[in-house]
Amino acid sequence: MSGIVASIIDGLLVGSVYGLAAMGLTLIWGVMDVVNLTHGSMIVAGMFGLFLLTAGLNLPPYAALPIVLAGGFLAGLALYWIAVHRMIGRPPLMSLLSTFSINFVLIGLGTAVWGTVLFNVPVSVPGFTFGRYTFPGTHIVAAVLTALLALLLYFFLYRTRLGKAIRAVAGNRGAAELVGIPTTRVLSFAFALGASLACVSGMLIATLFPFTLLSGDVYQLKSFIVIVLGGLGNPTGALVGGLALGLLEGLLTPFMPVSWTAVIEFALFVVVLIACPTGIFALRRS
Amino acid sequence: MKRLGLAATAAVLLVAPAAFAEDNIVVGMTLSQTGSLNVDSLAQQRGADMWRDQVNAAGGIKVGGKSYTVKFVTYDDQSQGSRVQQLYTRLIVQDHAQFLFGPYSSGLVATAAVISEQYGKLMVITGGAEPKTYELGNKYLFQAITPADGYLKGAVDALHSKDPHAKVAFVYSDDPFSKAVIEAAEGQSKEAGFEVVMNESYGPSTTDFGPVINKVISSGADAFMGGGHYPDSATLARQLYDQKANLKWESLLVAPGDSKFATLGPAALGVSTGSQWELSVKFTPQFGPSGAEFAKAFKDKYNIDADYHSASGYTAGMVLQHAIEQAASVDPEKVTAALNKMDVTTFFGHIKFATDPGHHGLQVAHDMVLAQWQMKDGNLVRNVVWPKAAASADLLFPIPSH
Repeated sequence: MSGIVASIIDGLLVGSVYGLAAMGLTLIWGVMDVVNLTHGSMIVAGMFGLFLLTAGLNLPPYAALPIVLAGGFLAGLALYWIAVHRMIGRPPLMSLLSTFSINFVLIGLGTAVWGTVLFNVPVSVPGFTFGRYTFPGTHIVAAVLTALLALLLYFFLYRTRLGKAIRAVAGNRGAAELVGIPTTRVLSFAFALGASLACVSGMLIATLFPFTLLSGDVYQLKSFIVIVLGGLGNPTGALVGGLALGLLEGLLTPFMPVSWTAVIEFALFVVVLIACPTGIFALRRS
Repeated sequence: MKRLGLAATAAVLLVAPAAFAEDNIVVGMTLSQTGSLNVDSLAQQRGADMWRDQVNAAGGIKVGGKSYTVKFVTYDDQSQGSRVQQLYTRLIVQDHAQFLFGPYSSGLVATAAVISEQYGKLMVITGGAEPKTYELGNKYLFQAITPADGYLKGAVDALHSKDPHAKVAFVYSDDPFSKAVIEAAEGQSKEAGFEVVMNESYGPSTTDFGPVINKVISSGADAFMGGGHYPDSATLARQLYDQKANLKWESLLVAPGDSKFATLGPAALGVSTGSQWELSVKFTPQFGPSGAEFAKAFKDKYNIDADYHSASGYTAGMVLQHAIEQAASVDPEKVTAALNKMDVTTFFGHIKFATDPGHHGLQVAHDMVLAQWQMKDGNLVRNVVWPKAAASADLLFPIPSH
């Protein structure tokens, strides 16, 4: 196997987790037009959730997933009522500033408690070796779990009553209220769901790489690129966008210095915003 | 009139900086309480704090029959150069710091040096190894640690002793310190007869090294040197292990010098690093504590093991104190002259500063050792493996399972 193929496969595996991280961000934007800048903090919360559950309670790493999902949901609910609810319907800049401030508070509190020390969660999953190249088992498991979660999210949004209510509120909040949908409850649920997806993506990332309290910023930035690629407000597109970003990173690295990857990613971000503002994989928002 | 006098007195008391109190020596510095440099910066600061507390507990620095209490003025630079610029100006102009300690990391030191030189303030550096800062004609800057070109010299020599024809891949952070280290190490590797099969930098915020490690594998490298600061070096170690990069040798910057590196488990085994100080290397100090005394006092105070960053932080204070005592004055010019003449051995090693205008303040006597993570009684421990004269264990080569 050539290094290029190995890089592409690895890029796709990691890209799927980028997609999961972006799903939460795009869901929140799609439903309530809120740019959630606590997204990075939620990703980090998932990382620390995994660390505390495995190191503190000796839970197997993947058994932490439902707990992180539930914890993220509750944290998301709290964030919604503290920082977002009063900003709904106001200019997006208001919620952006509100969540930006909360993010600073969360990172500041976290730094006071943990510092920016690196944490590592040892996860032992056998990988696959082809020739000289090895694909770590953790990357494969993370990609499989991401696909499963994306399917569940799709099923929830398109096949359940609550999911349909979320899509209705996203489409036209006023009309949704007229037909009796409790929109405030739906909005808080959607925000909490987005936050819990961010937490779970953080948890999965923590099985792949060591992390610090500041790791969330990088994944938040990647999430913005992913949702622009996949279409703002489109959770399914986010997964495709994540895979595209991973593929791009895998394809570029063999041919140019790795320090150029971020430059090209953000150049692409600007190009897509200008040329194709609904995303290159945009599906019509329901 | 009385009221006016009281108000004037109050105003003087309010604005009078601590420096005006005759029995104080005010030392200013920034530390990275927040941001990416937090871990190493705080370790350095703990060392400096311990020096201050010990000096003050012993009655202060004694000069000409008078004792001076050491007072620190510190600010959080948030690991950002722009903050360093503002805060060092504030330390000098508002807080009237008489002496300065440098911030942590070469980039921040370069920024702070512009300010300290502009105001002619003496600054002792123990967290900036890049040598370029000392080639700018600075007069009041003194580097107490080995410069960047010494960081991987031990690794190159040790590797050469085992494999004179190694194929080396250099992958490193795109920051001033790491670039300076690798530039020197690449030259040293070529002199040693190694084949350099890859030389590539990455952005300091890189979190996934998977694609670049595949590139290392494709290059046919059997030795790896690089990294940068704590998070990226540790992530590289973990991913090199996860992706079984088939390496016989792995030397990384900074992170393996921290005891938390052992949390990487098997990924840490065999990884080596250039270290400014290790407890097992014994020097006979001309003044100050022995290495064992320093390590014990540090453990007693903070309940964590001392590393080279904390030892270097303590050394900054020790060097300044010795210079003040030798100068028998707190006059900055006299203390600067004493530092220019300094040629001493402390528990941290031999310290002497270049005095020629082209390299003034550059450290010319201190040597680093090479430390490697090895197994002992089922636990990961950091042993000094190079130079042989200072080694506490044999070199582990080839390293297992990488």
